[in-house]
Amino acid sequence: MTIYLDYAATTPIRDEVLDCYVHYLKELGNPSSVHSSGQGVRRALEEARETLANVVGCNRAEVIYTSGGTESNNMAIKGLYWQRNAEDSNRKIIISAGTEHHAVLDPIEWLVKHDHAQVLWLPMDKNGLLDLDFLANLLAEKHSEVALISLMLANNETGVITDITRVTALAKEFDIPVHSDAVAAFGHIPLSFKDSGLTALSISAHKIGGPIGVGALIFSRASKLESLIHGGGQERGLRSGTMNAPGAKAFAHAATMANKELAAESVRLAELRDELIEGVLNAFDCASLTGPRSNRLPNNAHFTFEGCSGDSLLFLLDQAGISVSTGSACQAGVNGPSHVLLAMGRSESEANACLRMTLGNQSTSADVAALLKALPQAVSAARKAG
Amino acid sequence: MKVLAAMSGGVDSAVAAARMVDAGHEVIGVHLALSRMPGTLRTGSRGCCTIEDSMDAQRAANVIGIKYYVWDFSERFKIDVVDDFIAEYESGRTPNPCMRCNERIKFAALLEKALALGFDAICTGHYASILQDAEGNLELHRSNALAKDQSYVLGVLTQEQLKHAIFPLGHSASKDEIRAEAARRGLSVAQKPDSYDICFIPEGDTQDWLAERLGSTKGEIVDMQGNVLGQHQGAHGFTVGQRKGLNLGKPAVDGKPRYVLGVDVKTNKVVVGPAAALAVKELAGNKYSWCGKALSNPDQFIEVEVQVRAHGEQVPAQMAVISGEMVIKLQEPIFGVAPGQTAVIYLGTRVLAQTTIDRTVSAVDDFSTASASIS
Repeated sequence: MTIYLDYAATTPIRDEVLDCYVHYLKELGNPSSVHSSGQGVRRALEEARETLANVVGCNRAEVIYTSGGTESNNMAIKGLYWQRNAEDSNRKIIISAGTEHHAVLDPIEWLVKHDHAQVLWLPMDKNGLLDLDFLANLLAEKHSEVALISLMLANNETGVITDITRVTALAKEFDIPVHSDAVAAFGHIPLSFKDSGLTALSISAHKIGGPIGVGALIFSRASKLESLIHGGGQERGLRSGTMNAPGAKAFAHAATMANKELAAESVRLAELRDELIEGVLNAFDCASLTGPRSNRLPNNAHFTFEGCSGDSLLFLLDQAGISVSTGSACQAGVNGPSHVLLAMGRSESEANACLRMTLGNQSTSADVAALLKALPQAVSAARKAG
Repeated sequence: MKVLAAMSGGVDSAVAAARMVDAGHEVIGVHLALSRMPGTLRTGSRGCCTIEDSMDAQRAANVIGIKYYVWDFSERFKIDVVDDFIAEYESGRTPNPCMRCNERIKFAALLEKALALGFDAICTGHYASILQDAEGNLELHRSNALAKDQSYVLGVLTQEQLKHAIFPLGHSASKDEIRAEAARRGLSVAQKPDSYDICFIPEGDTQDWLAERLGSTKGEIVDMQGNVLGQHQGAHGFTVGQRKGLNLGKPAVDGKPRYVLGVDVKTNKVVVGPAAALAVKELAGNKYSWCGKALSNPDQFIEVEVQVRAHGEQVPAQMAVISGEMVIKLQEPIFGVAPGQTAVIYLGTRVLAQTTIDRTVSAVDDFSTASASIS
């Protein structure tokens, strides 16, 4: 029996969500077709849009379905850059942070390489907390050249939460759009798009008990975006392609459930997480928690184990039937040093010594106990392996 | 036993892993990531560390039904193999990076990590055999598939390393047999081309690759008497015995082709001359190791055979360790041996020892000034 402590990578699909998904997979019709079959599926798609909008706290027209978080991030960053740059060619600066997911970093770097964008990375402390005073000064000085700001709601590796309302308050003064990658945060902390002051927000279904391959970009109806994908003009003309009604339905279902459980679940998971953190810190002198104790996602515990390589620990725990992560894995499955820890000013050896445990709706105290039982042997072997 | 199958993504290591499973061992596949910036796709027969290779290895592990992991050795590989390769060329020598990789990565860093993480042994797809003598000492022998024999590049292994190494392909008759077996097992790498070139030089052009890293300073190409025959774009790219790429324009007086006899990085000169001047009668190296059990009287010359490149011939010689230096006296001269190359010593099919060649002695007295030795 595998003990799964990697909810930040993906989550088990909920039974109710699976039933709903399968039900709509069987339904015939292209949501753009005019006939009754099409209209039936369209109705499901729009019901889901309304449900998602209610959960996220936005207008239903602001929900743009995508294939997931990566597409949403690309759409927001490239689309906003192109739009803002076309309106005023002085706007070349993208403000972001080195701790972002590659689905944010790489689109930005692509724009730098191919489209004359300039990027300014915000400084942060060793806990990954951004220096927002620096951002305030930066905006005061350079606001006319800023195309957009992209900062994640919570970090996918360390769980550290960004004070996004302060960011949007600073940006509002200069009408600068702010995008936030909320893939890691969505479903774990309360969220209202309307109150956030954000222009764009990326979310994904499979991180909250929904299927892989479905996501959304929540995009303010007051703002404009250049499209990335061209074709039949679906989704406000911003995302062409036949809409995935079963996926949308399943996503909305999963979001509703996560939202309903959020208040109780975030307390339960935070307690479980603290149990895990206490257990690890008490057992190992070589372990230190990454990021602050509070101001982190309730389901995230991230450590560095001095003298251990993260991939040795991962290997040994996997042998013991426990699934954890060292951070985000690249395509080849190589866990190099974490770019997140490096961006936080940590050394390469610290960035190689990471272990991330993330909890979810099926996690129990027994899972944490099993981890704490398996860790001593793993840590001692990993230290030997160097 | 708990066995780590090192899987490159090629057909040999895939079949090796499958055979270990058949033999009843608990096998886990591990692919070594040797570059932080791997190429996406293979280009022809070059390299073995692209993402496509890693995917091939993973797919093979899935088909065989074993777990699979990628371990990152890129930093160690860079320091121990790539930087060493560059430094050797920089000092005018011709290194063998595959041997360095076996010596320092596969059967050192990887093996140490494997043992620490609870494995008993590692298996690879090398064509070589490990046998046991009457006293239980382990011996490394040539593969039955002589055309593919890789005992040369494993010559750096010690008794301790042999103890934890398994080469399941050593007794196979040929590569064709392995490919047929892979096809039978449903492994899609069955027809994947062999890799020949140096894995970290993706374009396959060593000279260009070195020039990018070492810079290139123009210098003179001279004959054995010191007469200037032409110019070169950087001495580092030349290796003893090389014939192509000299671009001397006019032929030698005797009309015979000219070869690189030596590279002097201090004066930035490349010395060329006729093939006859490449003949050497003695090789010696300070850095040597015994593969398996050492000789009891290494200071006594014994009859051996020596091989100086991966797919070279083995030639009769006498070998002894004299004042800390492994000295190899060749019965017949051999041609084009460069300092930095490895001489592997055989007793019949058994690998006895190896040394990195530091100096050579010319077989032609008149040409003594043309010795390839670099002081």
